[in-house]
Amino acid sequence: MSWFSNATAALLLALPVAAVAGSHPDFGRAPSPAEQQLWDIDVRPDGQGLPPGSGTAAQGRELFQTNCEGCHGVAGVGGPKDRLVGGKGSLATDKPIKTIGSYWPYATTLFDYIRRAMPYQAPGSLSADETYAVVAYLLNLNGIVPDTARLDRASLVAVRMPNRDGFIPDQEYRHVHPTKVRWAPHGVRYPAK
Amino acid sequence: MSDDTRAKSTDERAVSRRNILVASVALGGAAAAARAGAETLADVPPREPGAELGAHSERSGFVKLSRVPEAGPGVRNVDPADAINSKTPIGQLVGNLTPTDLHYERSHSGVPDLDPAKHRLLVHGFVDRPRVLTLQDLMAMPSVSRTVFLECTGNGWENWKRADPMVTVQNTHGLVSTNEWTGVPLAYLAELVGRRSSSTWMLAEGDDAAGVARSIPLTDEIMSEAFIAYGQNGEPIRPAHGYPMRLIVPGCEGNVNIKWLRRLKFGDQPWMTRWETARYTQLLADGRAQQFQLHMDANSVITSPSGTMQIARGYQRITGLAWSGHGRIARVDVSTDGGKSWRQATLEGQVLPKAQTRFGCDWDWDGRPARILSRSTDEHGDVQPTRQQLIDRVGTNALFHYNAQQTWAIDESGRVTNVLV
Repeated sequence: MSWFSNATAALLLALPVAAVAGSHPDFGRAPSPAEQQLWDIDVRPDGQGLPPGSGTAAQGRELFQTNCEGCHGVAGVGGPKDRLVGGKGSLATDKPIKTIGSYWPYATTLFDYIRRAMPYQAPGSLSADETYAVVAYLLNLNGIVPDTARLDRASLVAVRMPNRDGFIPDQEYRHVHPTKVRWAPHGVRYPAK
Repeated sequence: MSDDTRAKSTDERAVSRRNILVASVALGGAAAAARAGAETLADVPPREPGAELGAHSERSGFVKLSRVPEAGPGVRNVDPADAINSKTPIGQLVGNLTPTDLHYERSHSGVPDLDPAKHRLLVHGFVDRPRVLTLQDLMAMPSVSRTVFLECTGNGWENWKRADPMVTVQNTHGLVSTNEWTGVPLAYLAELVGRRSSSTWMLAEGDDAAGVARSIPLTDEIMSEAFIAYGQNGEPIRPAHGYPMRLIVPGCEGNVNIKWLRRLKFGDQPWMTRWETARYTQLLADGRAQQFQLHMDANSVITSPSGTMQIARGYQRITGLAWSGHGRIARVDVSTDGGKSWRQATLEGQVLPKAQTRFGCDWDWDGRPARILSRSTDEHGDVQPTRQQLIDRVGTNALFHYNAQQTWAIDESGRVTNVLV
């Protein structure tokens, strides 16, 4: 707040976006749509970002045994890394067990996380079909989908996780309003708390 | 000052120095032995030509400073392959800044050493002009330098449920550090790409194996203060801290300051990544969890005397660090009677917003068992809670955002231990 004068800041806040943006020199280059798509791997709870494809719990079981069991144990329990199954009803006890079934609020998060970070030694190596399959298997182990389940974009978005309503976003971020903060050579100001 | 007073204060300083030496024997044994050996000035070794000048300067061989790798709360001395974080030796540091190589570290999938010639930052989403940027591009843009603390949201997790009495301040509070970071204001980058006003959230993604990604609410405060850093204490960021570029969001929990930054995507709602749902959410006593709890609240800890140190009767200089993710530290109070009475400590260095601030006060220890603790207040009047106040609010399952007042107990022998009250 001491970086600049309030008067300067007020002036800058009042400037239209286009005028300020137009004064910038350009940097970098525009990405091609294809390369954007290559990196654009994030997935939202409404399904935005989920790729085409599908996989079954049975396929996922085999993939899990090959790629995941070493860290997460047989059927997602007892390995050296995170336990993935069980724990329902434990969150309000003295020994909460946070798993996919007991804690994760969105099934889309599971797809996003497995695709970007797993298997640990070769992240990004599973295809879309394989990722759907592993997600189906893990949801089945947690009793959320039947063992005959085949998941795709539409059915994954429709999955309602047991702890869906277990989270309270910080009051400050329940509703984020568009910011009018603009960059300026002498800094920008934000309202005092 | 009278001669008597001067003599007394010299004695006090001597005692104080001995205390510090005794306290640091475990980790600085060589230094203590060498200095304690010079009983008269005649014992001080004669001057002699020193080592040749090198390409970079090393720490004195008499100074032993290192971080402590950890695999989970209280799980230390592990195979390095199992460590998930590494803690700053805050009990041995002086001033407000953390040496670069001792800045705490929390990495989720190892430490990549990225080639800046091949690294790219993609900025896209709700923007008119998506851009692919290089490190050189960033370094050509206007920059800011700012001294801020970073704190792992797990800092303090040793003390949620039970207390290991023989734990050092490095292990209770070593997941916080303060460095000067240099980089490009997020607001500048947002204008470069023509961020649309409908974008209220931004996904920041790392180029580590885990592709760590967090949704960041674009409040006025964050848009004003966040920057993409490529400099750390005057040099390129070190690999452990995000080389070649990372996000800095002053005052917010460590995990949102995405390291090895490779993508910024603007949008209108959070993505609900694993790190903002399954991790880094604060489990409350009723089984629900606080989410997007980004700011680190007012905190402080006495770093000397602190856990496992040994003090002698007489003069003590109590010192420690205070910080708040909401702004400047306004005052720090210190108690030597377990919180029954308090007195205001001196803020001993520059008091910067969202940076650690050194505090100190005098104490004459009479040799009786004592409990010492500190309590910080920030410029907004937020006061660091007692342990009981924190637990009343969030229970003991929360795991993250532990900022309770830290009590050190001192027994008749001068042994300092960790206690929960």
